Amino acid sequence: MLKRKYIIELKKVAKFYHMGDNIVKALDGVNLKIKKGEFIAIMGPSGSGKSTGMNLVGSLDVPTHGTIYLDGQDISALSESELAQIRGRKVGFIFQSFNLIPNLTALENVMLPMMFLGKEKEKREERAEELLNLVELGNRVNHYPGQLSGGEMQRVAIARSLANNPDVILADEPTGNLDTKTGIKVLEFLEKLNDQGKTIVMVTHDLELAEKHSDIVYWLKDGRLNKVTKGKRRIYHSKKKPVKRKE
Amino acid sequence: MKEDYVFLAFENLKHRGVRSWLTLVGIFIGITSVVALISLGNGLQMAVNSQFGISSTEIISVQAGGIGLAGPPGSGDVNPLTMEDMKEIEKISSVKRAIRRNLPLAKLEFNDIVVFGIAINIPDGEDRKFVYEVLNLGEALVGRLLKDGDNNKVVLGYNFYADKVGLEKSIKPGDKILLHDKRFEVIGITKKRGSFIFDNIAYVNEEPLKELFDYGDEVDVIAVQVKDKESMNKTKEEIEKILRKTRDVKVGEEDFEVSTPEASLETVNSVLGGVRAFIVIIASLSIIIGAIGIANTMSTSVMERKKEIGIMKSIGATNGQIFLQFFVESGLLGLVGGLIGVILGILIGFVGIVALNNFIGAETVSEINWILITSSLIGSFMVGAIAGIVPALNAAKENPVEALRS
Repeated sequence: MLKRKYIIELKKVAKFYHMGDNIVKALDGVNLKIKKGEFIAIMGPSGSGKSTGMNLVGSLDVPTHGTIYLDGQDISALSESELAQIRGRKVGFIFQSFNLIPNLTALENVMLPMMFLGKEKEKREERAEELLNLVELGNRVNHYPGQLSGGEMQRVAIARSLANNPDVILADEPTGNLDTKTGIKVLEFLEKLNDQGKTIVMVTHDLELAEKHSDIVYWLKDGRLNKVTKGKRRIYHSKKKPVKRKE
Repeated sequence: MKEDYVFLAFENLKHRGVRSWLTLVGIFIGITSVVALISLGNGLQMAVNSQFGISSTEIISVQAGGIGLAGPPGSGDVNPLTMEDMKEIEKISSVKRAIRRNLPLAKLEFNDIVVFGIAINIPDGEDRKFVYEVLNLGEALVGRLLKDGDNNKVVLGYNFYADKVGLEKSIKPGDKILLHDKRFEVIGITKKRGSFIFDNIAYVNEEPLKELFDYGDEVDVIAVQVKDKESMNKTKEEIEKILRKTRDVKVGEEDFEVSTPEASLETVNSVLGGVRAFIVIIASLSIIIGAIGIANTMSTSVMERKKEIGIMKSIGATNGQIFLQFFVESGLLGLVGGLIGVILGILIGFVGIVALNNFIGAETVSEINWILITSSLIGSFMVGAIAGIVPALNAAKENPVEALRS
């Protein structure tokens, strides 16, 4: 496998959907390079292709055309099983609607990705507890999602996304269902993870949020990369060792 | 790892609605029927077998007419067997001995209460020993058995002693009873047999019984002992041939019945087998309906949990893992139905056996058939799992992006 500088690389990536006789171009010739440890935001209006792009990077889907490299591996034409393995090992998802399994406790939800990778139960439990402590939910391990607040559910989702220690965290509108105060707390957790070296890709349509918390903002419009602006976080570009932000 | 899928399946089953559980009705009715009826059938077979109360399989019984259920064998027959018939049978080379059995319906009075039951003749000499052996009498529970020269003496079955015949008082050796209005002294009580016939019978010596009922040369049953067990069927055929001749009847128009205990048991068993087969068909239909119910529930569940499937795929579940989860869940659904069915079936079987024992006075013990239970549980899991294959495959094939969007 060729060693690459970028953890995520999109080359002329297109995703088309057939809607009856029409072809909808969700993404159309997108080129994008994301370095390891960057916190990037993808901005754009509804239908601009943000979520499609995230699904492709997260190996939930494959492109119609183009190539996607994730940590140096071409994931554009893998089988469903291979994609599942990549998702399990290299990517952590955080969704707007949290997407926790309602019948499982916070601890069991966090243990789930490790189960799919075949980790031993004791190790899974230990790691899940550690992660729930990290997101300050050590006292909520045995609560079901229905017994948690929105912010707490999103923190469980963050803990779950870290279960298999992936390099990339993909967050699709992570604060969309939260009030401002809770949203800020969730973003602080994401920044903390970024400080620890995780690459964060956040999809949002909130400009203030995108500019404040990310290093680079990519703007999508009608499936094309429209413009790229710098975010205020910008800690990575100094070429110095990432500095921990003041809490 | 497999236990993780069982755990996940259990967690999902715990949160299922009543609708899902209702689909189990088919499975549990099927399993209940199978378990209850096989248990009952075995019990019934044991009970019926015990009613014969004959340990020897070397005895051929000959009687006039068919096997009457309304009264003692031969009672009310137009053309009863006679001593002449018996003498002819004795002449057959493969016959060791032939013994007359008379079983008149007797009126028995004690404690100013009258009951009706069967009296049975006990022959003298060597034949007595043979009859005791054939009837498996051994020795008396209290008092003693009859011996030669016991006139006006009677030995009664266990139920007279246990006060189970409606006389409102237990009869003990030394008590006097009226048998067909004649005074008899009770000299012994036989051991409990667990047989409706043999626990309610009055044993009387040959001569006093003949005198009492005045049956003369008429014989109710001729018990034939063969020299060699192997020649049982051949002897049976010869007896039939001779009786057709002495009674002047044609083949197919016989007014007598020659049967071996084995043949009689076979008849009973084949009837029970028929009943069992019928129940198995009904149970199979219930199980098929149950399986369709499970398939339907699982398909609905896959549709309802599309998002959950999407979530699991997004966090790394492969198609195989999703399939396994739904497959195990479906199997467990069947297993739960089977478990309820097994418990209910055993209960019904147990209650049925108790009722049967009370009804015919048998002593059948309800046995827990582990093979039946294990195979029922494995079977119900398999039915559930097989019913869940298609829904599980559909779940596995879900597109993660579309599933997450639902």
